[in-house]
Amino acid sequence: MPRNNELSEMSQQDSINDFMNMPDDRGHFGPYGGRFISETLMAAIEELTGAYESAMKDPAFLAEFDHDLKHYVGRPSPLYFAKSWTEKLGGAQIYMKREDLNHTGAHKVNNTIGQALLAKRMGKKRVIAETGAGQHGVATATVAARFGMECVVYMGAEDIQRQALNVYRMKLLGAKVVPVESGSATLKDALNEAMRDWVTNVDDTFYIIGTVAGPHPYPAMVRDFQAIIGREAREQIQQQAGRLPDALVACVGGGSNAIGLFYPFLNDAGVKIIGVEAAGDGIETGHHAAPLCAGQPGVLHGNRTYLMEDPNGQIIETHSVSAGLDYPGVGPEHSWLKDVGRAEYVAINDDEALQGFHDVTGIEGILPALESSHALAYVTKLAPTMKKDEIIIVNLSGRGDKDIHTVAARDGIEF
Amino acid sequence: MMSRIETKFMSLREAGRKALIPYVTAGDPVASVTVPLMHDMVKAGADIIELGVPFSDPMADGPVIQKASERALVHNISLHDVFAMVKEFRETDTDTPVVLMGYLNPIEVMGYAKFAELASSAGVDAALTVDLPPEEGSEFVAELARYQMDPIFLIAPTTTDERIEKLCSAASGFVYYVSVKGVTGAATLDTGAVADKMAAIRRHTELPVGVGFGIKDADSARNIGAVADAVVVGSVLVRQADAHQDNPEAVSPAICAILAEIRQALDSL
Repeated sequence: MPRNNELSEMSQQDSINDFMNMPDDRGHFGPYGGRFISETLMAAIEELTGAYESAMKDPAFLAEFDHDLKHYVGRPSPLYFAKSWTEKLGGAQIYMKREDLNHTGAHKVNNTIGQALLAKRMGKKRVIAETGAGQHGVATATVAARFGMECVVYMGAEDIQRQALNVYRMKLLGAKVVPVESGSATLKDALNEAMRDWVTNVDDTFYIIGTVAGPHPYPAMVRDFQAIIGREAREQIQQQAGRLPDALVACVGGGSNAIGLFYPFLNDAGVKIIGVEAAGDGIETGHHAAPLCAGQPGVLHGNRTYLMEDPNGQIIETHSVSAGLDYPGVGPEHSWLKDVGRAEYVAINDDEALQGFHDVTGIEGILPALESSHALAYVTKLAPTMKKDEIIIVNLSGRGDKDIHTVAARDGIEF
Repeated sequence: MMSRIETKFMSLREAGRKALIPYVTAGDPVASVTVPLMHDMVKAGADIIELGVPFSDPMADGPVIQKASERALVHNISLHDVFAMVKEFRETDTDTPVVLMGYLNPIEVMGYAKFAELASSAGVDAALTVDLPPEEGSEFVAELARYQMDPIFLIAPTTTDERIEKLCSAASGFVYYVSVKGVTGAATLDTGAVADKMAAIRRHTELPVGVGFGIKDADSARNIGAVADAVVVGSVLVRQADAHQDNPEAVSPAICAILAEIRQALDSL
């Protein structure tokens, strides 16, 4: 199996001069990615691949996508210099990419606009989605409402409990939210159930996957729709600071906000790239959601990637205070970036993430999502180790309104 | 030397009979049920046994077989346990082919070479990995071939003619046509559509063709048996393991009663 890397990390990184030309035409990022799906879905995946490839070369499609990102989502999102927090930490200058200010409150909508336009182009009248925190479900229900499409969102029964506000938002937007009770009743099981729906309704249904996972072309397609984050940030930092940043930091569940920020910087050798996974109760407890930091390669949900699995290859339950990071896999491009050494992956536990949430809320007046709070918490560790003229860009991937109940409950407050 | 699967299909063809292939999940509802159940199913008319390897995330399966996996995983049934079951079965049955059916990840984690070696020495004849299409499967197929085991590939209603050709050339033993768009145990069959697709498949292969997903009873088995070489029955059997999970001794008689009816229907063709 193409699992053990014969080359050391450094020599691989030195030998690669273009990190932006992945995947290959079969969807492989080195040994990762690919198309591990049942035959029933193969025709639909091939149809989608063809439609996606032709759309990305069609100026009219790209113009409509750009138009919607500007006028409907509100892009470009600001790159905000967090002056107070920078001064407090006393190290590198911290810039926040404000994806929380997008319509629907997170980066997820960049991708759902792209995929819904593709669904429209392919004549599909029904869209389905999986969701963990509910952000992707809301973003899908939003675009479905706008395009007059039927929308079904699969959501783990446990997540429905944790994210009641987003569940109601999806219902208001006209989506049907289907609770998934199988397995661990969280995001991975919602993805299984959405796949089952797709197999059954493959003729008229478009599956809008919310992250850079799934079979090819999803990891590449979702990255391409999210890469607007990094393209804007790259331009904005040069305008504001006159140069590229020294480090990028983003949280990684499936990894779509992270790859969106990272991708346009992959060939900028001076930019350090750091993905932050959820350490849950702590890596050492086993109750976490950090496959890149503490997992093994395997095959799940259509691609080969790092997974949380037991020695028999069964997928194990993950834990994170943040529903959006509570996923046992990760986008295959992240697995490749880890192995070749272009990106580094670290983990932040629940308590640290909560502290990050409180810090940024109190110091900058911005309520970050608990997912994004993992990236922010890592910045509180990283910034003081860097010089004052160095620059960090952190992806503030979503706003925290949806998490108020979770935060309050941990503080012992009931409404 | 002919494989068990080839030998089985040849003798069935000579006798003018259709193959009956029951699916059960290994270790469902408890491990001690499985080997005696395999022997009982052979007595009730099974020609080939498809033994499900439990997986935590069975994406192509409906609720019935999902729950079977969950029941087996309560007892941590692993590939090693499944090999041990096949080995025990082989102590007294050296003729009935056994096909392991499941998902790639347990095999991926074990390693393809080790899987092939251990499966072969246990007496496994073929492997059907639902989420491994031939495009990703060349290394796995090569490892199986070293031990004369067959890779079984699925063909679906949505499979194009071009892909049917590719799948048939990668397959050996038999090919498996998934007769409905959907997960196991879901929709009802359109026999006419199955017949059309069977004709398309047979243009590309001499291999026997089995049909599964959606065969619920003697009638539907008879209809499919009229156009296929083999009929695969799964969810309707596994439902009995669910119904009798608190009384595992009752599982085998319940499954075999259904199998015997289906056997009779197939033999009436």
